[in-house]
Amino acid sequence: MKHRSVLAGALVATLTGFLSLGVAQAQNVIKIGAVAPKTGPLAGGSTVTHWPNIKLWVEQVNARGGLTLKSGKAKIELIEYDDKTNPGETIKAVQRLATQDKADFIIAPYGTGFNLAVAPIFAKHGYPQIVVTAITDQIGDLTKRYPSLFFTLGSTTAFTKSVADILAKLHADGKIGNKVAMVNVADAFGIELAASARPIFKAAGLDVVYDKSYPLGTQDLSPIVKGAKAANPDAFVAWSYPPDTFGLTQQAMIQNLNVKVFYTAVATAFPAYGGKFGMAVNNNLGAGGINPDTAEMQTYSASHKRITGKAPDGWASATMYASLQILEQSIEGVGAADRAAVIDYLKNNSFKTVMGDITFNSQNNDHYWTVGQWQDGKYYGVASTGRAGEKAVRLKGGWK
Amino acid sequence: MDILITGLLLGGTYALIAMGLNLQYGVARIMNLANGEMLVAGAFAAFWIFTAGQVSPLLSLVVVAPLAFAGNWLIYRFVMLPLVRRSRSQGQLEVDSILATFGLSFILVGIMLASFGGDYFTYSYLAVPFDIFGNTYALNRVVAFAVAVAIGVLLCLWLGFSRSGLAVRAVAVDPRSAGLVGIDVVKVSAFAFALGGAVTAVGGALISTFLTMDASIGGLFTMKALIIVIMGGVGDVRGAIIAAMVLGLAETAIASLIDPGLTLAAAYLLFILVLLFRPQGLFGRRAS
Repeated sequence: MKHRSVLAGALVATLTGFLSLGVAQAQNVIKIGAVAPKTGPLAGGSTVTHWPNIKLWVEQVNARGGLTLKSGKAKIELIEYDDKTNPGETIKAVQRLATQDKADFIIAPYGTGFNLAVAPIFAKHGYPQIVVTAITDQIGDLTKRYPSLFFTLGSTTAFTKSVADILAKLHADGKIGNKVAMVNVADAFGIELAASARPIFKAAGLDVVYDKSYPLGTQDLSPIVKGAKAANPDAFVAWSYPPDTFGLTQQAMIQNLNVKVFYTAVATAFPAYGGKFGMAVNNNLGAGGINPDTAEMQTYSASHKRITGKAPDGWASATMYASLQILEQSIEGVGAADRAAVIDYLKNNSFKTVMGDITFNSQNNDHYWTVGQWQDGKYYGVASTGRAGEKAVRLKGGWK
Repeated sequence: MDILITGLLLGGTYALIAMGLNLQYGVARIMNLANGEMLVAGAFAAFWIFTAGQVSPLLSLVVVAPLAFAGNWLIYRFVMLPLVRRSRSQGQLEVDSILATFGLSFILVGIMLASFGGDYFTYSYLAVPFDIFGNTYALNRVVAFAVAVAIGVLLCLWLGFSRSGLAVRAVAVDPRSAGLVGIDVVKVSAFAFALGGAVTAVGGALISTFLTMDASIGGLFTMKALIIVIMGGVGDVRGAIIAAMVLGLAETAIASLIDPGLTLAAAYLLFILVLLFRPQGLFGRRAS
């Protein structure tokens, strides 16, 4: 079933083809494909993190005439597809972009499973795949197998270890006890995080007193929060997805779950989270973070709001934009739509982005944010694997 | 006691999801797979009215219910009626309506995406603790339960004791015979379909006070509604309400006493057991 933008994209491509026949190579165009969910269970996340940054980037580049190639300026022609949160559709769309639409470059899709599903096709057709929203412990194996695959946001273990480190340090400083209630959503990322966390928490000397999972889309999370509360934890950690991140937080407020550390995973960094709960989620921890105070981040945030109408999230949005900046700098650095040269350029150069400097070490970015915290209405990074601007972790003092 | 009340509150939520589909399937014989999207549309309407106009979702029902009624009536009149007219058997109508409403659900998702985008929408209304017998519950869920009970009672009273309700029940039992005794089956079916849609949209508006939703989440609700309607027995609203309560209690009990991860498995196990031992559902009639 074709999405409306497929038809629109095909029409634009045909028209452009016709026009270029008449106008005889006056304007250079570089075709960039993008496929991600616009419908389906992950659409809510990709609508916040993925699509707005693509829209922002393309508009900004075209506003200054396009990418600077050796042959002159080339405007970006964006071809979008909706993969309906179905990896099969993502594969089909990438195949189509590569073989039928003859895209010069393809932006990596949204979601770990989806990026892994299309990695072979990207590699087969020689497209650089700068992945953002994919977090896995198999980065080493995957980058060896696919020389065109680049990771930016980190590994599962890094995320769980950061949380364990924060808890262990607070415990060592005598600020909290070592009892942790841990829950996770029974879907890919949630299960992976929980499985990774269990041995790490144990090794850090933490006592997991409540360890349960719940199906994706559970309408009533109060039994879980009540169960966690009954175990008397010092900290509450939820490896959760957007709907349950909101739901668990709401239930914790209503049940007055009095913990000094409250962590929910995906979507804690969304502007809507801070918007809905306001100061009640002050000092709540979440997955990922940014340093919103740098000049680049402030400019980025303002442009994002102006062009897409909404604020970026506090985690993957900026890295998504950075990945597009990296693509832009590589294409301009090579000076042509030469995919093999761009892949080479990605491996051997450093890039200036809104996240700071990014260099790929064996196709992996080693420096990323792992944990963030809402502090006085803004979401700041509090733990990272080497990013500047970490703020100190604060204890949660109630839900008022 | 805590499990009992939490379970009943969840049952109330489920009843809101399922009563509408029960009317549409039981009376109009339309297996409306776009039911979940109607729920999300009602939810979004309440969200929009609340965030734009600071109007309570309860008051917004005054607007949401008639609009949903009118919208669903139009859907029945122009999309479903041709299918009804040309189907030669109930089985064929069911298959046709499943396919048609399946497609309709995609259209509705597309319209909602185009209108308000794919973001999650959520707001806080009555998200305060409410004490019952010493245990804390969310006030918005208690209110949703109260409204669910009110709607259920009103529907049962209307269906059981009014002339028009009698006509609706007659059509639910056997549309052909109902036509023979002078009931305008098309008019009654259209009315039931529209009413079902309105109830679903109202349910969506109430549920939006405590759940985070986006344009694509409808399918999840359709599936739950389907289980409840089949479990409760097609054609009788009481069945849907009882089945919803049973499901809510079962899920809460399993989540609190055994493992929250088994709630979905428990729901479907219950579904299978009911189908095995009482295939017509709790309140249904055996197929003749």
